[in-house]
Amino acid sequence: MIDYWSMLFVFVLATFIGLGVIRRVSRLLYTPLMSLTNAISAIAVVGSIVVAGADYPATIRVLGAVALFASMTNIVSGFMITNRMLKMFKKQ
Amino acid sequence: MTRSIAELAAVLAAALFIFALYWMNDPKTARHGVIAGVTGMTLAILATWIQPEIVHHGWVMLAIVAGFAVGVPLSRVPLTAVPQRTALSHAFGGLAAGLVGTAEYLLGVSAHPAELTAFRMSALVAEVILGFLTFTGSLMAAGKLQEVKWIPQRPVTYPGQNVVNIGVLVAAAVLGVFVVNNPTAPWAGTAFNTIVALATLFGVLLIIPIGGADMPTVISILNSYAGLSAVAMGFVLNSKLLVTAGALDGSSGLILSIIMCRAMNRSFTNVLFGAFGTVQKAVTAGEQKTWKQESVEGAAQLLEQASLVVIIPGYGMAVAQAQHKVRELYDQLTKRGVTVKFAIHPVAGRMPGHMNVLLAEANVPYTALVEMDEINPEMPQCDVALVIGANDVVNPAARYAKGSPIYGMPIIDADKARTVLAIKRSKNPGFAGIDNELYVQDNTWMLFGDAKAVLGDLVRQFGSGGLH
Repeated sequence: MIDYWSMLFVFVLATFIGLGVIRRVSRLLYTPLMSLTNAISAIAVVGSIVVAGADYPATIRVLGAVALFASMTNIVSGFMITNRMLKMFKKQ
Repeated sequence: MTRSIAELAAVLAAALFIFALYWMNDPKTARHGVIAGVTGMTLAILATWIQPEIVHHGWVMLAIVAGFAVGVPLSRVPLTAVPQRTALSHAFGGLAAGLVGTAEYLLGVSAHPAELTAFRMSALVAEVILGFLTFTGSLMAAGKLQEVKWIPQRPVTYPGQNVVNIGVLVAAAVLGVFVVNNPTAPWAGTAFNTIVALATLFGVLLIIPIGGADMPTVISILNSYAGLSAVAMGFVLNSKLLVTAGALDGSSGLILSIIMCRAMNRSFTNVLFGAFGTVQKAVTAGEQKTWKQESVEGAAQLLEQASLVVIIPGYGMAVAQAQHKVRELYDQLTKRGVTVKFAIHPVAGRMPGHMNVLLAEANVPYTALVEMDEINPEMPQCDVALVIGANDVVNPAARYAKGSPIYGMPIIDADKARTVLAIKRSKNPGFAGIDNELYVQDNTWMLFGDAKAVLGDLVRQFGSGGLH
């Protein structure tokens, strides 16, 4: 049985941490911030791996594999483009 | 044993993700954030992959390789295309959530009906609605930004639009309540598919009335939805890591949306249901002033004699790909002892931070990029304000013209500078929708033409032949 109360608890605390941390992000970096958070939220990949790789009926695994592909694309392009943009910010 | 490894990896990954965002508070440390993010992600993926229930390794491998094959080229797009890429990645995030939600529902109905509790079903329905509306909404936004032919660029409005949109969403939610209460009823499958279809439709309808100027806000809101769909997925899959990462993404989107809305003096509902850029009637009554044109030589002279020049870039700079020429002008002027600053309006461009990234690409030091609130007190001391492809963000009508759609929007006080030089592509004043009286002020001179070409001519004036 899933303990929904502790999940809700995690959600509320994580949102407050998120608001606190994001508020301090440099205004210069909003574009890379968006690609970074996008890559991070592609952690949905862990769910897709289970759906695609476990011993489920093929139709379900196809849905999982497409989801896994979509998340993986976000992870790869998100981190790479964030890094590429951040490299450009120079002080002088 | 493998279960404990997965739990430990999840805790580490969550901590690393928070650090990644924390390091974004300064351009000096920001790249540590990428390393932290990649490390956390790799740990989480490996720890999931080694679980005993994963048996079809070929499938996982194939999907990961395909993800790399598409992801790597997507990370190499020109920086002017970053808004589209961002919208596209929100679409992928939404799609992943929607598909996993659908798979979990099918799995629950066929194998574990007891697991489809009311709470889990609610999370599942929320995941699917948010996921699929983010998917099509972001695809539409990406299409508009990419200027795909069959997606109308201009906002499309019709009578009763908001009633239709909200009706579609309410219908999906009502069906959702039925499915939550009877997840295994004979009709539940059809109802579930209808929810998917309605959410997909709602995403399209939501973006149709949105114009280009609203894109920074809309992208931020879609960012938030993508995060929330990941949170809902976390609830469905019982993954605290997913809930945490989704909440971080969601709160980031929320903060950016609030900042964008404030920078336009509008509310969320006004952006999503207000159809900016459609009902703009010429509010300028009375005498029609006309603009004065300046030659490139004259403009170069003005710039050279200045001691403080403030450059105000807008979307026009991105369209013309003029950021490198801007940098050359910056070099020429600073070499001559002129102080040059860049005034960045929060909604300049098509996504948050768009101008900063383009100027950083052209090697403009980030210390020269100044936010609107910090530059405005300095504007009366500014000798020349050089407006490059910006329009609404410098329109003085925002201060007093109550009938104007941009009324109340905070602007960069370009008009308070001693002299204003404005580079504008077209002489046609009506094109942008709103007349900008900055262009007809007594101390404003216009330079007409493509921003890149005009700046190239300006820079040439500072070269060997002209001024020195």
